[in-house]
Amino acid sequence: MSDYSLTHLKQLEAESIHIFREVVSEFQKPVMLYSIGKDSAVLLHLALKAFHPAKLPFPLLHVDTTYKFKEMIEHRENYVRGKLGLDVLVHINEEGLKANIPPWEDSERHTELMKTDALKAALDKYQFDAAFGGARRDEEKSRAKERVFSFRDKSHRWDPKNQRPELWNLFNGRVNKGESIRVFPMSNWTELDVWQYIHMENIPIVPLYLSAPRQVVNRDGLLLMRDDDRMPLLPGEKEETRMVRFRTLGCYPLSGAVESEAATLPEVIQEMLLTRTSERQGRIIDQDEGGVGMQKKKNAATSDRFAIGCWLLAASGKLFGSGTFRAASASFST
Amino acid sequence: MSHQSDLIATDIDAYLKQHEQKQLLRFITCGSVDDGKSTLIGRLLYDSKLVYEDELAKVQSDSVRQGSVAGGFDPSLFMDGLKEEREQGITIDVAYRYFSTAKRKFIIADTPGHEQYTRNMATGASSADLAIILIDARHGVLTQTRRHSFIVSLLGIRHVVVAVNKMDIDGVDYSEDRFNEICDDYRSFATRLDLPDLHFIPISALNGDNLVDRSENMPWYTGSTLMNFLETVYIGSDRNLQDFRLPVQLVNRPNLNFRGFCGTIASGIIRKGEEITVLPSRQKSKVKEIVTYDGNLDEAYAPLAVTLTLEDEIDASRGDMIVRSGNLPRSESDVEAMLVWMNEEAMVPGKTYLVKHTTQTVPGNVETLAYKVDVNDLHRMPAPTLELNEIGRVRLSLSAPIHHDPYRRNRTTGAIILVDRITNATVAAGMILDRGTTGSHKSVWDDEVSADDSSDALSTVTSEERAARFGQKPATVLLTGLTGSGKTSIARAVERKLFDAGRSVAVVDGEFVRRGLSRDLGFSADDRSENLRRSGHLAHTLNDAGLICLASLVAPSDDVRQKVGKLIGEDQFLVVHVATPLEVCRERDTKGQYAKADAGELSNFPGVTAKYDVPTNPDLAVDASTTSIAECADAVVELLKSKGFIK
Repeated sequence: MSDYSLTHLKQLEAESIHIFREVVSEFQKPVMLYSIGKDSAVLLHLALKAFHPAKLPFPLLHVDTTYKFKEMIEHRENYVRGKLGLDVLVHINEEGLKANIPPWEDSERHTELMKTDALKAALDKYQFDAAFGGARRDEEKSRAKERVFSFRDKSHRWDPKNQRPELWNLFNGRVNKGESIRVFPMSNWTELDVWQYIHMENIPIVPLYLSAPRQVVNRDGLLLMRDDDRMPLLPGEKEETRMVRFRTLGCYPLSGAVESEAATLPEVIQEMLLTRTSERQGRIIDQDEGGVGMQKKKNAATSDRFAIGCWLLAASGKLFGSGTFRAASASFST
Repeated sequence: MSHQSDLIATDIDAYLKQHEQKQLLRFITCGSVDDGKSTLIGRLLYDSKLVYEDELAKVQSDSVRQGSVAGGFDPSLFMDGLKEEREQGITIDVAYRYFSTAKRKFIIADTPGHEQYTRNMATGASSADLAIILIDARHGVLTQTRRHSFIVSLLGIRHVVVAVNKMDIDGVDYSEDRFNEICDDYRSFATRLDLPDLHFIPISALNGDNLVDRSENMPWYTGSTLMNFLETVYIGSDRNLQDFRLPVQLVNRPNLNFRGFCGTIASGIIRKGEEITVLPSRQKSKVKEIVTYDGNLDEAYAPLAVTLTLEDEIDASRGDMIVRSGNLPRSESDVEAMLVWMNEEAMVPGKTYLVKHTTQTVPGNVETLAYKVDVNDLHRMPAPTLELNEIGRVRLSLSAPIHHDPYRRNRTTGAIILVDRITNATVAAGMILDRGTTGSHKSVWDDEVSADDSSDALSTVTSEERAARFGQKPATVLLTGLTGSGKTSIARAVERKLFDAGRSVAVVDGEFVRRGLSRDLGFSADDRSENLRRSGHLAHTLNDAGLICLASLVAPSDDVRQKVGKLIGEDQFLVVHVATPLEVCRERDTKGQYAKADAGELSNFPGVTAKYDVPTNPDLAVDASTTSIAECADAVVELLKSKGFIK
């Protein structure tokens, strides 16, 4: 490094650290939305770097739908809470739980109750004024214009007309009481950057990202892993052991596995790079509506459900990666 | 997504190693849809095989449905995020796009070209290393080309590629003459701008000529293809590695034994053990550790985000700046800047806005709008305000000093944004100007009242009464000369002699003025000039009170010395040149300042790295290498007698 040059990952890392420190300096009560996925893993790692040697100056928030993979919960408990000793707020919508709408019966309703409403309730409960999320601009065409500081009004609504220009690394963090921002420190990272960084920095991730023999059932072309007995097999379905991995992690009944031999991180990256098909293909909405319409954006802006859903998704990465759920995909558009 | 590198399939570990070492290049694309901008970006992504196959399939079907190219494949359809924009065929906000090749990772800020979106272009340009300016070969240099180029120059982008597009079209026919004509047009207009690294490439974005692969249709063009240029253009020297600046972002105090100053290094390099100064307190210390999560570093440089601990307990907080002692930024509460107005609500001169600069936010107002610039022809005109998308030069008055450098020299410490206190909107972006080139000091000098209008007229004590009381006429003796020439020693000797003879006398010593009155100034030509102006006023006040003033100042500029003379009044202003030879001055220099100047650590050091104008017609010249200090002092006293100030 004698010529004082910087690799792109070092530069991205420095920029992300800068964003973390700005928010912690200028906001009263930040929180990190932690989904236990790979983007969250990088986000958390960057935050630890930003405040080393001090402890994280904000808690993590995990909205638990109760249908997360067991290995995700183990990772949260053993690694994040256990080994790192971090403060993780886990929020479950108890009301929603009573309604008992499992994802395989009505995914849209389940998502709304257990994820969207739950998150909104959690934010209101703790009065957070800034929430870090791991969303990236390269994830989705419509995200290409998203700001690093994304403003929300008192009802958590996103106003497309009221987004501030962002120049240099001078972020305007002024909000009125009750208003808040979503912060995306990894805006300029790509999927390859994320994987590469996990590899380079040896960041622990949930093992489900790596291929292993797993029991799956083929339902409508999706390879689902029945992580517990709550999800019944349909008539004619039978489980079989296949070599699979998950590209995105969320609720197990909504996350399809892919068949793969990639059992190590470099092999996963290799497969990703050689794949000619976008990871987003599972989102039916993208295909049959020809892109994300302005009308939909406006809906998102005026409807709590969409607004919350959108940043929820943005924050937690591709929760519904291989699912076939309209609400989830549409709300991703903002 | 398929990457070009074969390594992915054959040796993923080697590929990852290679990717790890890639550098980042940020660029913006300027031009309208008509220039083929979206087509160009789509093509770069497509030709780099960076488009997902399902996206590609969709775009191909869209192309058939609505594409601008009859029936053909339109790569521009990759680009737009919003359906409405896509249907209107325009882009209305900055969109960021990402791709990487075997050599670099790229971030494209795709910025719209319409006039009303100057705001967006400035936003995209603020972080870009390079700009691609698209010109339609049929139309050549247009008004919008000038506008884009001006904004690119204003935002400090050093590398510009003028991509002359649509070389394939009927009437252009890959003509070398047409290409050269456009290049000449552009160059003649660009001489008015600051575009230090300018390149021209003839392309066809639609067909891919000279994008990734060399065009077979233009064998006369022997330069680099666009992609090759993007992969290889050297941007390493764009960073300022000279001036160490660390705006303190937050103070990290996990326990009583650790106090770390966190921040992103805005410019320069810092090493463990180096002496630093904290602004604004000017407390000095040394760097104890450069702390990072990955272990302590021996040195760190821009733009790394680090945490510094210091040898001494120093109280610094967010908004302060850590710099290397001996290389200070300007600390002023009045700055001149070019502003790009970004809000529907026009600028209100005199209204208080919040000004964010590095990690500091201070209230401030626009004191004057010197002019606004017509972005189309660069014409300057007076204006009462700036409307949305207008650009103008302003003078800002801040409630506290900010530690800044000119934007040209430092894109981080020279940038500001203005925020509305009520709506919280970001209403403007500003680039701080170098006062050296803007003549703001000159304006201060030019505004000077002459000696005739001075306080004498307001005082009931007349100068005659004072002269009678003190038995002398007031005068200022400027002792000018190089550092180490003996100015101050002579001044002090003269002071002793005059005092002993019953005279009333005061010494204005440059070094002392700098410790107090001029504490905010550095050593640039401008700052020296300003320091002299202030010292001049001080001397003038002393003279007004009837005292003889001995001013010991380097005062290297003849022009500035004359201005001081005017300020004080020619009839009571004497110039004594302490003309000790440079070699002797060097020997006498006890503080090692010449050595530092030789090493390049002190810029603008008269006699070494800056010029010293020898006074052409001084009232007296003395040489302390051949004459003793006492004899020099005698000569000065004689001068005062001969001019009738003392008897």
